[in-house]
Amino acid sequence: MIMRVLIRGAGVAGLTIAHELASKGAEVEVAETAARAGGGASWFAGGMLAPWCERESAPEAVLTLGRGAADWWDAALPGHVVRNGTLVITPPRDTAELARFAARTTGSEWLDTESIETVEPGLAGRFRKALFFRDEAHLDPRRAIAALQEKLVAMGVCFHFGAALDFPDAGFDRIVDCTGACAIGEATDLRGVRGEMLILETPEVRLSRPVRLLHPRIPLYIVPRENNHFMVGATMIESDDSGPISARSVMELLNAAYALHPAFGEARVIETGAGVRPAYPDNLPRIGVDDRVIHVNGFYRHGFLLAPSVAKDVTAQIIASSKAKFAPSAGLFKPAFPTEHRNANPLEIGASR
Amino acid sequence: MLDLYGTSVSSRLLLGTARYPSPAILAEAVRASQADIVTVSLRRETAGSRTGGAFFELIRTLDVKVLPNTAGCHTVQEAVLTAKMAREVFATDWIKLEVIGNHDTLQPDVFALVEAARILTGEGFKVFPYTTDDLVVAERLLDAGCEVLMPWCAPIGSAMGPINLPALRSMRSHFPDVPLIVDAGVGRPSHAAIVMELGFDAVLLNTAVAGAGDPAAMAAAFTGAIEAGRTAFHAGMIEPRDMAVPSTPVIGKAVFS
Repeated sequence: MIMRVLIRGAGVAGLTIAHELASKGAEVEVAETAARAGGGASWFAGGMLAPWCERESAPEAVLTLGRGAADWWDAALPGHVVRNGTLVITPPRDTAELARFAARTTGSEWLDTESIETVEPGLAGRFRKALFFRDEAHLDPRRAIAALQEKLVAMGVCFHFGAALDFPDAGFDRIVDCTGACAIGEATDLRGVRGEMLILETPEVRLSRPVRLLHPRIPLYIVPRENNHFMVGATMIESDDSGPISARSVMELLNAAYALHPAFGEARVIETGAGVRPAYPDNLPRIGVDDRVIHVNGFYRHGFLLAPSVAKDVTAQIIASSKAKFAPSAGLFKPAFPTEHRNANPLEIGASR
Repeated sequence: MLDLYGTSVSSRLLLGTARYPSPAILAEAVRASQADIVTVSLRRETAGSRTGGAFFELIRTLDVKVLPNTAGCHTVQEAVLTAKMAREVFATDWIKLEVIGNHDTLQPDVFALVEAARILTGEGFKVFPYTTDDLVVAERLLDAGCEVLMPWCAPIGSAMGPINLPALRSMRSHFPDVPLIVDAGVGRPSHAAIVMELGFDAVLLNTAVAGAGDPAAMAAAFTGAIEAGRTAFHAGMIEPRDMAVPSTPVIGKAVFS
């Protein structure tokens, strides 16, 4: 008997889970209310696979669960992952921020003016000190989502775009709900954290890796993309408002980009955007089981970083449940729902059809 | 007990709620601090919408008194508007009034501050003005109807601690009966202890706790330091001198030097 799974939501969470399940031989369909994949928070993601840097403010779990992300994306989509590390710098007057960042993280080495020039020639002579996280990587989220969708179609996954919210789930053994920020207001404790970003285009700046500019008030990162594009992000505002970017945010992001390299002053603004990240109070993702529906949500700003390990966990749970009852694993399994609903009435998937 | 506009509070630590790693850690830090009052920035957290959403809900569940602030406002008009919005969102007439005069140093614009304070007290607000250690400005704020003053001890977020002790001392002695809360510039518990030893009534902190490696533990450390400083102020400290003083009496020895 082949297990049939319906995934609601074609963002990074839904697609990585679809990939894992389909690889294990499940029959997977994806229902997405929008007209295309990755239109929610995934669309505005930086695509940094940077668990060591994130550890500055994120709990240890983000590092332990995220360190395998680059390998997963590389295996799933060969050629998409750039393994050039991350550079962390500050304006000269804020070098105390760099020391603080180094004290809160591991996996970096100090660079001086000369070694900055060697590693990132585009920033030659501009900064005296930097932290280099050699093992980090990045990808272009929009290209990755499109490629993953294409691969899934080739693997036999069926996509339903423009699907109704209540897309019928009859006949499916499991439903995985990956609706992200759309579940705010329904999922207990789920909130929105607004993020604003912009994309600049200039042939005058060359970067081969994400650069984080530490500033006491306006921390920002710049991720190089194809065609001389640079993604500049991202604000963190406690709000589920997804309206257009504010003038202040544009000003702050552009100021910081200009501080990184004056040539950004001549860049063209290709796009501005604002999205809402779904997050739980501890800013860690949760997997909740409610009968045959599995809710996966709360990726906060760590979608591309944590989705692979969560997808593996969810898939392992679904496979295990086809033979035995659900059992918590990997420490990620937090009850997003009252515990009496968990483990209730596990379906014998192997015998269901 | 500290009396602020007729409300008695037992904790002398007021905690800011911005820039914690997560709301869960913010809640832990507030609990660990035993603070009675937290301050919330309206302007930055609402992003144009007036509801505030889940973050304000979380603040409301912390079971502490909310002192909304006008952080990020640069004009009288902005600050007054933000204060009115705060009164609606949090159903309180308390407002921590910030009018920033310099984008880089976040120094208060004391002229606009006095004007905004006058407007807001006239409309029934209980104003907690974020000000400098300038005595004349302090006088003007009291004239404008403020009953509490919140002088900085160093620029916001600088973590430098008290950089002008004589000014703080003179402020305390000029206004012996006005609640004085040091707001901004405190970086470590010893800084908080120093200003409390000077006789200040309370300390308001944000970055020093939110940016710590373990915010909840740091909040508890500040609470201890603030209590120690307050107790020391009442206990009467000895004055420093430039020679050693043996704690054992020397009378009876051959030489009395």
